[in-house]
Amino acid sequence: MLKLALARLKAVEGAEPILFMSSREQILSRVRSALAPLGKRAALPDWEPELVVLREARPTDSWTLFAERFRAVNGTPLTAATELTDFLARNNYLHGYCDPALFPTLRSAFSSRFTIETEFDRSRIDDYQFGITAAVGAIAETGTLILSDSATSRRLGALAPWVHVATIRRAQIFPDIPAAIAAMPADPNIIWCTGPSKTADVEGILIEGVHGPGVQVALLLA
Amino acid sequence: MKQPLDQFAATLPAEKHASVYQSSKAAHEKRTRILFDQFADPNRLRAIAGEIKQHVIENLDTYLPQVEAKLQANGAQVHWAATADDACAEVLRIMQARGATKIVKSKTMVSEEIELESYLEQRGIESLETDLGEFIIQIDHDHPSHIVRPITHKNRREIARSFEREGLGAYNDDPQTITRRAREFLRKKYLAADVGLTGANFISIESGRLVIVTNEGNSRFCLAATKCHIALVGIEKLIPRDRDLGLLLNLLARSATGQQLTVYTEFISGPKSAEQPDGPEEMHVIFVDNGRTDVLATECRDILRCIRCGACLNVCPVYRQASGHAYRSVYPGPVGAVLSPLLAGKKFPALADLPKASSLCGACNEVCPVNIPIPDLLLRLREKGKREHAPLASVGSPPMGAWSIIASQPAAWKAALIGGKLINYLPTKMLPVAALRAWETKRTLPAWRGGEFRKWLKQRTDRNRTPNVPSAIGSAGPSRAETGARPTQGG
Repeated sequence: MLKLALARLKAVEGAEPILFMSSREQILSRVRSALAPLGKRAALPDWEPELVVLREARPTDSWTLFAERFRAVNGTPLTAATELTDFLARNNYLHGYCDPALFPTLRSAFSSRFTIETEFDRSRIDDYQFGITAAVGAIAETGTLILSDSATSRRLGALAPWVHVATIRRAQIFPDIPAAIAAMPADPNIIWCTGPSKTADVEGILIEGVHGPGVQVALLLA
Repeated sequence: MKQPLDQFAATLPAEKHASVYQSSKAAHEKRTRILFDQFADPNRLRAIAGEIKQHVIENLDTYLPQVEAKLQANGAQVHWAATADDACAEVLRIMQARGATKIVKSKTMVSEEIELESYLEQRGIESLETDLGEFIIQIDHDHPSHIVRPITHKNRREIARSFEREGLGAYNDDPQTITRRAREFLRKKYLAADVGLTGANFISIESGRLVIVTNEGNSRFCLAATKCHIALVGIEKLIPRDRDLGLLLNLLARSATGQQLTVYTEFISGPKSAEQPDGPEEMHVIFVDNGRTDVLATECRDILRCIRCGACLNVCPVYRQASGHAYRSVYPGPVGAVLSPLLAGKKFPALADLPKASSLCGACNEVCPVNIPIPDLLLRLREKGKREHAPLASVGSPPMGAWSIIASQPAAWKAALIGGKLINYLPTKMLPVAALRAWETKRTLPAWRGGEFRKWLKQRTDRNRTPNVPSAIGSAGPSRAETGARPTQGG
């Protein structure tokens, strides 16, 4: 009797195995049967990083090239803390967040006009006109800043204020995308920022500062 | 003009047609400029990228379990959804387990496919699109008309009216003001949300990194403000190695928007690190099939290489005239004409006309960053439509049924050739169809000469049979005579 029931169950399974499978098993079994008739599978091609490296002549100094490319994506490259404070004061950006680890280095450049917080309070994100955090790297060829969970003190501090200032050191600048990928740190959140947040959704007109910063600054520390 | 796509194009208001046409043309020109100015041989990039993705889809049986293991080792939870319903239910289950009621979404085409928004809303979940274009689509209860520029069919005045209606300030159609208002409104929503939902442009099998690209930074905001990240990922999004991203990211940004890189390129491989105060403590990846394995089983599997850049839409002369909604599905344009009917499964007949909506000019293949032979796939689908007798696959096709009956019966063929002479006495000035009358005013219908060829061939064969005349075609003579008697060669 039991044998008969089992045999029946088997027969049903054979006819409609899908009914008895989890989504995972269903998908994997469908993939296997879809690929079974293929004779030779397409091989994985190899390619040289040079293929995607731009061909034009470039300045030899990594910061010079980065700054040029960063300007091309509407970024603001600065080379001294006082340059930064001048820029912020000139635009009336006087209240901001600063990574507590960076503040000792920058403190002397900020005059008493500024209000700097080293804690970021998410209940009043619009109070912060600027946020200063450290970048973990940069890509010269594309004018890209690289942020990460371990280097960048607050995800929100680097995103919500109108101005984001990322500090960068010369030694952290990669020449191109393949070099940056090859040296990508084991961090769960690596972010490449290439210029200010932008959209062209409305009639194709470019507007900067959609959800993230409308002004992206790179500050060279050394 | 019986094809549904033609009918739609004919009713498209001039204003919408102009905005679709101009934005597509501009996007295509930007793409071409940046690719050809900056790379010595962009076509080689496309070819290699295509080979990489073809390799992946032909090895999904090994790669899917591999990437699952990698993601789990990185601390992400992996889920599988065979159908659209399974995928929606999985999102709901994850949310309910956390007691979550609010979700902010960054742009994902898979969520459009599975109609997640209405599913969640019916179950009391507040779901909000954060990409500016998708947000406008949501408040208008509209559908995206382009993969990359969802509101390319709308102008600023329509958007300003929608914002006014939704209480986002008095009428103002300045794009800057529209964007600022969305910024103010949406940032409060991110901070109040429990879950951030994204798609993924790529997942590296090597490292388990999810790659998400946005220009607005909305997916970054979703992953900075919420405590739980859910990623909906089509099973075909895998790429073998991190370094392959160097090629694919370069091609994606250039092909989609003519940028060297998209503004925010995020590599996410798990929940936030311990020392980081912001961001998800939980990360869930839902691998979605929803018809993809069926596509994989067909000769059209190459379409699964697609990286959703929209370049084929921008260049397509049919898309430019008809706009995205004419395709009546989530994926419009040439890629949609292949992918949508295939993903439709049993509902294929309802979209069987889409593969016909193409002049097969091949421009889509030429711009495709992963070199998908779209025109070949369109032809395969046309054949499938005919084979399965889908009525829409024959709309606009000349009726060949009667011809094939006549052409396969020698007697009928002979009779038709003689009967055809009647056309010489046709009063063409009085044709019942206006289009034919118009045609007649510019051209003269040639006289019917049916049967002339057969007459000529017969004479020639008879001559060859006369022993005095040397045969020009030698022993082939009689066999030619035989074939000459076959009706399809007559006339």
